[in-house]
Amino acid sequence: MAKGVWIVAEQRDGAFRKISFELASTARKLADQLGEEVCAVLCGSGIEGIAGQLGKYGVDKVYAADDPALEPYTTDAHAAAVAKVVKENDPAILLLGASTQGKDLSGRLVGKLATGLATDCTDVKIVDGKLLAVRPMYAGKCFGEITISSFPQMATLRPNVFPAVENAKAGTVVKFDPALAAGQLKTKILEVQKDTGGKVDLTEANIIISGGRGMKGPENYVILEELAAVLGATVGASRAAVDAGWRSQRDQVGQTGKVVSPNLYIACGISGAIQHLAGMSSSKFIVAINKDAEAPIFAKADYGIVDDLFKVVPELTKECKKLLA
Amino acid sequence: MADEDFGDRFQICPQVSHGKEENVNIVACVKQVPDSEAQIKVKPDGSGIEEGGIKWVMNPYDEFGLEEALRLKEKNGGEVTIVSVGPQRAMETIRTALAMGADKGIHICDPAFDGADAYVTASALAAAIKAVPFDIVFCGQRAIDDDSAQVGAVLAELLGIPQVTVVTKFEFTDGAVKVIRPIEGAQLLIECPLPCVVTAQKGLNEPRYASLPGIMKAKKKPVEVKDSAVLGVSVVSNAKVARFVPPPARAAGKIICGDGTPEGKAAELARLLREEAKVI
Repeated sequence: MAKGVWIVAEQRDGAFRKISFELASTARKLADQLGEEVCAVLCGSGIEGIAGQLGKYGVDKVYAADDPALEPYTTDAHAAAVAKVVKENDPAILLLGASTQGKDLSGRLVGKLATGLATDCTDVKIVDGKLLAVRPMYAGKCFGEITISSFPQMATLRPNVFPAVENAKAGTVVKFDPALAAGQLKTKILEVQKDTGGKVDLTEANIIISGGRGMKGPENYVILEELAAVLGATVGASRAAVDAGWRSQRDQVGQTGKVVSPNLYIACGISGAIQHLAGMSSSKFIVAINKDAEAPIFAKADYGIVDDLFKVVPELTKECKKLLA
Repeated sequence: MADEDFGDRFQICPQVSHGKEENVNIVACVKQVPDSEAQIKVKPDGSGIEEGGIKWVMNPYDEFGLEEALRLKEKNGGEVTIVSVGPQRAMETIRTALAMGADKGIHICDPAFDGADAYVTASALAAAIKAVPFDIVFCGQRAIDDDSAQVGAVLAELLGIPQVTVVTKFEFTDGAVKVIRPIEGAQLLIECPLPCVVTAQKGLNEPRYASLPGIMKAKKKPVEVKDSAVLGVSVVSNAKVARFVPPPARAAGKIICGDGTPEGKAAELARLLREEAKVI
């Protein structure tokens, strides 16, 4: 009988991604309801030193595969390693992050394990001993409650939605051999180009300041960048701004861009097309600054300011600087 | 044109060709979905969404994949086969793809596939694709209806071939695929041998519109219709949407007036964010 709540922990360059602790804490909650163990799979090279950190967030046992072929992440190597240890241990639930890596890996695992997966969940719970996963569909225009009749019941969790809570458990590290054969590994990472400026990715940001058509031109984003610098925020954009060529496609928030859930989302000069609302309405706090009082964005906003953003935003930057000094 | 980040290590469309590559057999998977502007209403019993009044279009991410498929065919020669799982109306989307320049279509049409999960959908696609020669299979990185972002990867596993997902640049030279894949805080340059599955992200290209002669020609292009029995695949989904629910309602917000000046409003907002919302 399938047993245990498992996670696939995510690390890069020897440091855990925050989602790993969010996964561990969520798994702990589910496992306590079931009266079962939390196990983590950790793959990489030279990762033994960090494996124990997962115990702090409620992991009982860490299955660690340490192999140069597991660094950097490739689908082939990680899918083979995770599928092997999962098949050997038959967990009831398997959680991954809905990060770029987790999305790439989880689909491959669905194929290898012939099971079902709920993508990008914003809530997971146990109902009648089984996983019930809640996830936005149609970019959040409706939600689906997903049940999975096969094992493991898989889900990926949206980053930044589930709290990481310290809850010390043993975190015993068990090494396993991923048994990777050279012929299995087809793709090659030729180069990793790190983004300059060290800004946090939109999907991981705590605060996002987005600009839309109301910014009037690419040169005006500097006022959003200044506010972002004060708040430690990341700057995003609407589809209109991206399609106009003002901002990179990587900055787009919305149904055909990134779906984000920061603690604070400040929409500047964004009218709130349904396409955009779909990508940011799971933000915990929403602020809209727009001179059009009728803009649909105000219906989603916790706080709204009806005024000229070119006057309000620089003042807001000054005020925040004062408050945070 | 060299890539802005990777320079001449990633040459897009090199001017000097080293002779025409071999013909490439290309498959493009497409799905018909509600237009991104569509309002989505959940049926009162939570069994699905109301389909009345919805404008159906080709999934935008599949369009990027299809456009890349057509460009590859134009450069290297070869054929583009469209494969789609969907009800009868999905034939319109297949015809659109043929009008854009694809050569033939396979329509996997069977009511048993309604509500199919990613594994079942990918099994059906894999069974259809195995019956045609294929070197590269393009999919959208996700469909904008169920947003599951799984089918490309499951399909690659079922075909037993590698995948490169969510790519923003694509190049095919010397028998291998080179792509750029953005991840959190970085971009990866990845090389992948054929055959493979490539899933397309926005930014890859600007999809063309179907031309009038294209639309006329599309009417005569062959489309095979297959059901689950012909494909010999299971239709039993493990993952099910037990219930559809409307999104949680947000409480009405506060319009900040302050003293009526932009300065006053900004000061009031900063104070509320700090003291009431506690988010800064």
